[in-house]
Amino acid sequence: MNSAMPAPATCARQHRDLRGYLLSAPALALFAALLVVPLLLTLVLSFNVFDYEVGIRADHWTFEHYLALLGDSYFLEIFWRTFWISALVTLLCVVIGVPEAYILSRMGSPWRSIFLVVILTPLLISVVVRAFGWSLLLGADGLVNHAIQALGGAPIKLLYTPFAVIVALVHVMLPFMIIPVWTSLQKLDPAAEQAALSLGASQTKVMRLVVLPQVMPGVLSGTLIVFGLAASSFAIPGLLGGRRLKMVATLVYDQYLADLNWPMGAAIAIALLLVNLLIMLSWNHMIERRYKKSLG
Amino acid sequence: MSKNGPLALTFHSLVVVFMLAPLVVVCLVAFTPENTLSLPTAGFSLRWFEAVFERADFLEAFKNSLQLAFLAASLATLIAVPAGLAITRLQFPGRDFLNVLFLSPIIIPHLVLGVALLRLFALLGVNGSFTWLVLAHTVVITPYVLRLVIAAAIGVDRSAEQAAESLGASRFTLFRKITLPMILPGIAGGWLLAFINSFDEVTLSIFVTSPATQTLPVKMYVYATESIDPMMAAVSALVIALTAVTMILLDRVYGLDRVLVGKH
Repeated sequence: MNSAMPAPATCARQHRDLRGYLLSAPALALFAALLVVPLLLTLVLSFNVFDYEVGIRADHWTFEHYLALLGDSYFLEIFWRTFWISALVTLLCVVIGVPEAYILSRMGSPWRSIFLVVILTPLLISVVVRAFGWSLLLGADGLVNHAIQALGGAPIKLLYTPFAVIVALVHVMLPFMIIPVWTSLQKLDPAAEQAALSLGASQTKVMRLVVLPQVMPGVLSGTLIVFGLAASSFAIPGLLGGRRLKMVATLVYDQYLADLNWPMGAAIAIALLLVNLLIMLSWNHMIERRYKKSLG
Repeated sequence: MSKNGPLALTFHSLVVVFMLAPLVVVCLVAFTPENTLSLPTAGFSLRWFEAVFERADFLEAFKNSLQLAFLAASLATLIAVPAGLAITRLQFPGRDFLNVLFLSPIIIPHLVLGVALLRLFALLGVNGSFTWLVLAHTVVITPYVLRLVIAAAIGVDRSAEQAAESLGASRFTLFRKITLPMILPGIAGGWLLAFINSFDEVTLSIFVTSPATQTLPVKMYVYATESIDPMMAAVSALVIALTAVTMILLDRVYGLDRVLVGKH
């Protein structure tokens, strides 16, 4: 009798296990076929020899595409541009997004939710529409140049410059910085701030010693998201950078659809994916270390 | 009751202007009576909106986008609800892996997914097929539904389910009468969020659409790289209007601030 007791429980647990797989099966099948397999195929493709006469040679293997990534000055120039533009965009998002999230969190209702929605909803509007909006503002005949001329200045070329790409990328990425900073500000106990103030700490000291340490995880998380998204952005550099100002994503597009050199494009795409995953994993690692530290 | 000083409020106003400026300008230029991209100074005109409705290719792309977003969001919901319930309710080996896998399209650049799917579709000979485009979009937007379903399922009060179970309700009745109604706002919110994301998607779509299956954002992207005229502003204004309607719906069924910054 006693030895028979655990049997139904084990049986029930196995039954539950199977239900878990059964319920996830449709999603798993789709993700295996349209996510895992295509990524593996692209990895394989990036090692295939490309011949401008015959195209992709699926049975010939080479490292030359990855070597070209590291050695070709044309690619290096585009990587460097992508890196510094993304880094600058990230910095600007921190400088604008962190104070803005703090200001929002100190607003009273209903202004707080109204402005939160106003600032974050552009996120849901097509990036093509937003890029077009910036080309209207920054074009040779655009509003910004009209304002410069009205103030007595000479019109400047803004569109199809790094400036246009950076401004539009900050516009697209700012919500991704504000959201995590806002979230960590919500966890901040307002009593801690008040306590510090009532004990005679100055406003700047409260910021430095109470608020900033609390929002740092949010800032870091926003930094990684913004940098990753900026480095792989396609429509903004494509529409506002023009043909000559290429970034990694527009370079991949050209390799695939203009040069038809798919293996080279695949190598760049895989490199981009690896850099992105590396950024995300290092973030996870950092979070885990923080948790361990706080647990002693 | 604002604790912000004048300096903070000035900064805040500048940020708001910066965020809204490109959208407001697009909507204003759409009403220009001129042939150039200028603000309507001498009265408003609907001529560029009329021009949009005379362009069969734009109407076709718009129809493609609506169908695509509707089908992909529905399919994503159909697979994300059971997967989300399995992940929150059941213990099974590989559960965490599945959770990471199903959320991974959020952190994989769409560009990479686009070229990867282009390779698969080329090998299968299905590039430019609408059905495969729907499946591709489903993968990309499933995480949005899944996140809201998981959040809703975690928030459910389990005692009602346990009461029904102890009263002898079957598993299906339990799901239909108790669990489903309680997670319905999460499902509806997830569907709408998925719909918007599919409707806006351009980077992946540009690789795997043919002229016949071109979506509106792809059509707009290609059009904007070739020529810029006020018709583009009119199309953009229509897209903004459609997005606004979806956002109002999203706010009603789930709460826009909850979707944007999570639950608190």
